[in-house]
Amino acid sequence: MPPHPTRLVNFIFSYCTDPASLEGLQWLSCYLTTGKHMSMYYAFGTVLLLLAITAPVALAFGFGGASAARSHFAPLRWFGKAYIAIVRGIPDIAFFLFFVIALDQGFEFIRHKIKCPDWQEPVRQGNDFVVCTAAKLPLGNAPQWVHETYGFALAVLTFAIVFGAFAANVLFGAMRAVPHGQLETAEAYGMSRRQTFWRILVPQMWVYALPGLSNLWMVLIKATPLLFLLGVEDIVYWARELGGSKQPQFTDYPHPDWRMWYFLALLVFYLAFTKVSEVVLDRIMARLTHGQATAAGEAQRKAAA
Amino acid sequence: MSCWETIIDYGLRSQGIGERLLPRNDFTLCQQFTLIGSGMIWNVYFGLIALCTGFFMATAVALGKAAQSAWIRKPAEWFIFIFRGSPLFIQFFFAYFLFLSLKAQYPVFSPLTSAWAGALVVLFLNTAAYSAEIFYGALQSIPKGEIEAADAYGLSGWSRFRRVIWPTMLRLAWPAYTNEAIFLFHATTLVFFSGFPALQQRGDALYYANYFADKTFNPFIPYPILAGYFILLTLVVIGVFGLVNTRLNRHLPQERRKRLKIKPQVIR
Repeated sequence: MPPHPTRLVNFIFSYCTDPASLEGLQWLSCYLTTGKHMSMYYAFGTVLLLLAITAPVALAFGFGGASAARSHFAPLRWFGKAYIAIVRGIPDIAFFLFFVIALDQGFEFIRHKIKCPDWQEPVRQGNDFVVCTAAKLPLGNAPQWVHETYGFALAVLTFAIVFGAFAANVLFGAMRAVPHGQLETAEAYGMSRRQTFWRILVPQMWVYALPGLSNLWMVLIKATPLLFLLGVEDIVYWARELGGSKQPQFTDYPHPDWRMWYFLALLVFYLAFTKVSEVVLDRIMARLTHGQATAAGEAQRKAAA
Repeated sequence: MSCWETIIDYGLRSQGIGERLLPRNDFTLCQQFTLIGSGMIWNVYFGLIALCTGFFMATAVALGKAAQSAWIRKPAEWFIFIFRGSPLFIQFFFAYFLFLSLKAQYPVFSPLTSAWAGALVVLFLNTAAYSAEIFYGALQSIPKGEIEAADAYGLSGWSRFRRVIWPTMLRLAWPAYTNEAIFLFHATTLVFFSGFPALQQRGDALYYANYFADKTFNPFIPYPILAGYFILLTLVVIGVFGLVNTRLNRHLPQERRKRLKIKPQVIR
């Protein structure tokens, strides 16, 4: 009969059945493969997933924002410019904290209007935000994973909105960097405004946008720990959780306060991640510059010759 | 309670002066403006001191990165890489827990576990690294002719640095450095969300904005107030840095002067 319920779980290493008898590296290998540590490793996956989803969505938002800012329809143009401008004067963390609540309430409010049209009382009652039970997101009786997925989806949307504004700024600049003669030529060929935009402007802008976008990617990587502030159980959460001192009564692996080492590990993780990204992005840039009539392309040609 | 009384009670609340208890219910607009404004004292304190001290270290590190000797260059490069390559949020956490364990062994370090000193150290090192990279870039683009001219005048060593290289470096770096200053002020909002405790609820502007949003379930009032304060702060920074920029460029003909251009360079 095992004395402690946690010992019923499967062990990665067979010698982990009795942690008290372990020493040195063996102890460490067992310690680092406990169930909670596995959750922490999954949290690294969460970070990567966030990056994988947010990057394209933010790019799409940015593209929309930049196109809107170039629009000939004034209200749309104002909207685009305002979207780009919001990030200039206000701390981004404020946006993160703001959008998570605002989006949540916005969704619940819309559902409230649709699902409970006969509801008489106001939604804001003093310090409370009250919607009918059917409009709650997620529903009160939903399983745990729905709550977690909803929280994560809100976080992704928040990231996409904030980084979409940064991407819009980059793309707007890139659209303006495309030589004007190109657009005039397209017009001279009888292309409509829409055709000029899609066939001439969009294909040519990427070269100008890439330096800004790679910078944005680095910034996005460094923004991922802010997931913690949005209430997602991410690596910061687990580092605080697992690193805190553990008493022998509550765990098989008692240890003093190790949070410093956990955060050192996170620091190293992020340093490695940004370094790898830097190398990869430099290669992409070199590939794209190859044969281009730019200063960098000329330098490449001279180096090869 | 009139708004004036609220200002007297809560105007310096972030420094622990005035009313001890934060408002618990019936939040007025005046309370939100006053408390969030009171929190701005911390943001200005962190930003200003980190900027002023970080400036000198940044100059030193930039010179170090441009140095010939690998013994000086490598540490400078690593310093810049570590602070620019990792999130400031994680740096805060790591530093806080590092200071905690240092404190356990040597009581001398106990001030560093509180935000006013510990977070300031992190922000100082962080802005030093970011600014050093900017200054290094500017050092690399100093026109060759200016250094040759300095040599021709018989300037060398310290006087050449002080009279020729340093002013030109600052002049070239200033637009980018203005950006850095703005985003340093924005980064100060992270302090009280990253381990460093807000003792007796003495927090910064975002801390109070978050407090109100949590209590009222209404993010649409405190966060725009916070945004307003930060836009004001940003305008002040742009104004002050613009004055310095004019002075740095005063010897140039009008059309060659570099205008400040503010670009978002976001989260660290």
